Amino acid sequence: MVVGLFIPCYIDQFFPEVGIACLDLLEKQGIKVEFPLDQTCCGQPMANSGCERDGVGAAQLLVKNFHSFDFIVCPSGSCTAHVRDHFDILEQTEAVKKVRANTYELTEFLIDILKVGQLDAYFPHKVGFHASCHGLRGLNLGLSSELNGTAFSKPHQLLNMVEGIELIELSRQDECCGFGGTFAVSEEAVSVKMGNDRIADHESHGAEVITGGDMSCLMHLKGLLTRQNSTMKVMHIAEILNHSKQ
Amino acid sequence: MSVNHAIRAEKFVSDEKKVNWHDETLWHVRYKRDLSSKSIPEWEQLREMASAIKAHTLAHLDDYLIKFEQKATENGIQVHWAINAAEHNQIVNRIIQESGAKKVVKSKSMLTEECQLNPYLKERGIEVVDTDLGERIVQLAEEPPSHIVLPAIHKKKEEVGELFHQKLGTPKGLHDPIALADAARNDLRYRFLQADVAITGVNFAIAETGGFVVCTNEGNADMGAHLAPVHIACMGIEKLIPKMDHLGVFLRLLARSATGQPITAYSSHFHKPRPGAMMHIVLVDNGRTEVLGKPDFRRSLNCIRCGACMNTCPIYRRSGGHSYGATIPGPIGSILSPNIDLKKYSSLPFASTLCGSCSDVCPVKIDIHTQLYKWRQIIGKESDMPATKKWGMRLTGLLFSHPLWYRKAGSMSRRLLRILPKKIVNNPFTVWGKSRDLPSAPTMSFRDWYLKNRKDG
Amino acid sequence: MDKSRSTILNKIKRNKPECFSLPEVIRIDRPTEDLVEQFSTMVKAVGGSCLVGDSYKELNNELKGMFPDVMKIWSGDPNIMKGNMHISQGDPHEWEVLDLCIVKGQFGVAENGAIWVQESDLPERVAPFICQHLAIVLEKERIVAHMHQAYLQLKFPFPGFGVFISGPSKTADIEQSLVVGAHGPKSLTVCLI
Repeated sequence: MVVGLFIPCYIDQFFPEVGIACLDLLEKQGIKVEFPLDQTCCGQPMANSGCERDGVGAAQLLVKNFHSFDFIVCPSGSCTAHVRDHFDILEQTEAVKKVRANTYELTEFLIDILKVGQLDAYFPHKVGFHASCHGLRGLNLGLSSELNGTAFSKPHQLLNMVEGIELIELSRQDECCGFGGTFAVSEEAVSVKMGNDRIADHESHGAEVITGGDMSCLMHLKGLLTRQNSTMKVMHIAEILNHSKQ
Repeated sequence: MSVNHAIRAEKFVSDEKKVNWHDETLWHVRYKRDLSSKSIPEWEQLREMASAIKAHTLAHLDDYLIKFEQKATENGIQVHWAINAAEHNQIVNRIIQESGAKKVVKSKSMLTEECQLNPYLKERGIEVVDTDLGERIVQLAEEPPSHIVLPAIHKKKEEVGELFHQKLGTPKGLHDPIALADAARNDLRYRFLQADVAITGVNFAIAETGGFVVCTNEGNADMGAHLAPVHIACMGIEKLIPKMDHLGVFLRLLARSATGQPITAYSSHFHKPRPGAMMHIVLVDNGRTEVLGKPDFRRSLNCIRCGACMNTCPIYRRSGGHSYGATIPGPIGSILSPNIDLKKYSSLPFASTLCGSCSDVCPVKIDIHTQLYKWRQIIGKESDMPATKKWGMRLTGLLFSHPLWYRKAGSMSRRLLRILPKKIVNNPFTVWGKSRDLPSAPTMSFRDWYLKNRKDG
Repeated sequence: MDKSRSTILNKIKRNKPECFSLPEVIRIDRPTEDLVEQFSTMVKAVGGSCLVGDSYKELNNELKGMFPDVMKIWSGDPNIMKGNMHISQGDPHEWEVLDLCIVKGQFGVAENGAIWVQESDLPERVAPFICQHLAIVLEKERIVAHMHQAYLQLKFPFPGFGVFISGPSKTADIEQSLVVGAHGPKSLTVCLI
């Protein structure tokens, strides 16, 4: 199996350690991973701002870079959702259709495709999981708290395979962190309030680390935590799942 | 005059105590909704059914409206048609004037709020008293409602106490909700008894029978309609459903979604005027037929005005209904309002992180967060975007289309971030930097690391 | 105004979406053994009281005990209690003085404690709203499980007015504090026979 690794622009530029953990994690499962060198971005920042036409170039470049892969894996729920849902703006060539159908978020790839049942991971800390919205509701990575149904969560399934981890409960299981792309800047006051409320929830339940599947949410929370000189850390789920005893 | 949600929201958020209280109060309503919905094993099926019934009705709306009119007329109800808010107001005014009425009571109707009926009638010498306690509070305060189900949710009991002291003569410092509600009960009871005309909204109108249903907890719609010699029911045309049987679906969903109650205290079914009295119904378009013709947005006509989307929306809870500056605020308001006035309400679809919680709680399965995204694209194309945003997005789009430029821009930004002192980087003028630190800038991008450590041909 | 009618209808014709077939309303099967229990629990949950009796005498005594000082009574079921207010000229305003209104309910709904009361069982439509206290008499066998079954009970021709009543009137409009007795009656007592 050969997987095309799709690394979101902000992870490429600001959080390379997340990309490295994701690559490591996939290779440990025994699959060959290739990173197309000319990738940039999925076009979501432009599209979310109402300028979807300005994101077409980036989207087309993504298709060009990835259409030869049968599986494309991305450590971001929102970027994956953007490819699957909003690449309908492109002409639906065979290449576009293939990319849309075969792009997976990391945890859903591990659970649904690789059917991972165990991990060689060790992380003896109290961890709070932040259920990023696009992944949760857009990709159905878990059952959102509003819906009736049997509870499930692919990220939790994986986190529960990590030795020593203690997952904390939250008062509001899946409330949005307030990042929302350009919302973080255009509605700064509400965005910051939402982020601080999420942090307070994790803090009151004793989290040492906040994790999640989207570095964008975590970047927003980290920014707030750093400014407040908090001891709580953020880590992308790939980093925890890839964390071994060494 | 454009509504700037962000500026209004910032003001609301600045009062930390108030925003926490507002947020907690509405979250609790969401919590009660969850308890209620999860007690119904077939909840998701009900939602699917409600959505399908609405889709069917919209596809046959003209036929159903004709049927409704025929049946209602046979039963002695006078049916009127209004193409817009102005005509609705004219019709209601004419009925009132022809009956010689001077005193009017009105139960909750977001439609009459949409048409701005009260000020229209006031200009013509008619006093309208809103009888729903929440609406009465905001009426006395001379404010618009901030929530479609809980109109005065933004007011603390001390504020209500002071308001009632000034306007109803209650003792100063009286804040007990029971005593305040009692004062309102006495004041309004007198008005019910004096009213010449009662105006109500319509929760559901039934095509097969020509009847309609009004749901309240207070009994105020009934106190008005069963006493006044004239009852005028005002209804958006999308409120029509085909059969009585369908009420089973909608009445099971409505109150549970709105407040978590299994049903409202009163679900009043009107089919005929009472002997000696008159009953009118005004069917209002006011832009609804236009939305009907827009495949991307027509599902917004499913709305049964439950307010669940507002209670779950993390932005609504932290910015308050008045931040939206629209008759209907919150997520549903943000997809309905741009259709009424694109320019005025262009900030509303951006007052969201597109988290999707609203779509999940909507009892009639409106794809609210998808419609918010689609409105953004329309606003991006048709509205005047600030030049900085317009060109910023174009430039970013270009950068991201060219791998080499993207990489150069990326490494330059990171270098700048590493060189510049933190104080300059993390300052209020960068907006992000007001309350958050920017991420630290690594020397290598992932690609750089990959080339160095992994690329083996 | 006929012009408005045709304008609206023509616009709908032009803009309406493709035909979408009407779904079947789901028929949910529910166990019927403990409907009375469920119903009375829900009546209490929505702020009402529920008197369960095997005889009218029993219910009459309990009701008298609940309302010892009541002055003006209208009763739609003399078996439960006799009223002292009589139907006069059909002016609904005269019912303002009504203290206790006792009406017959047609059927009850277990899932929400609601009871269907219709015009033919009322002296005036306003009576169950304008009274200070409301009592509804309902036969135990006439309780259905949920609203879908409830609507099966309602047959053509529909009454000019009918209402599902669930609990006393209430509001939570002041800081979400529940206040019982908004504009309608301050209490609801269901008498199950």
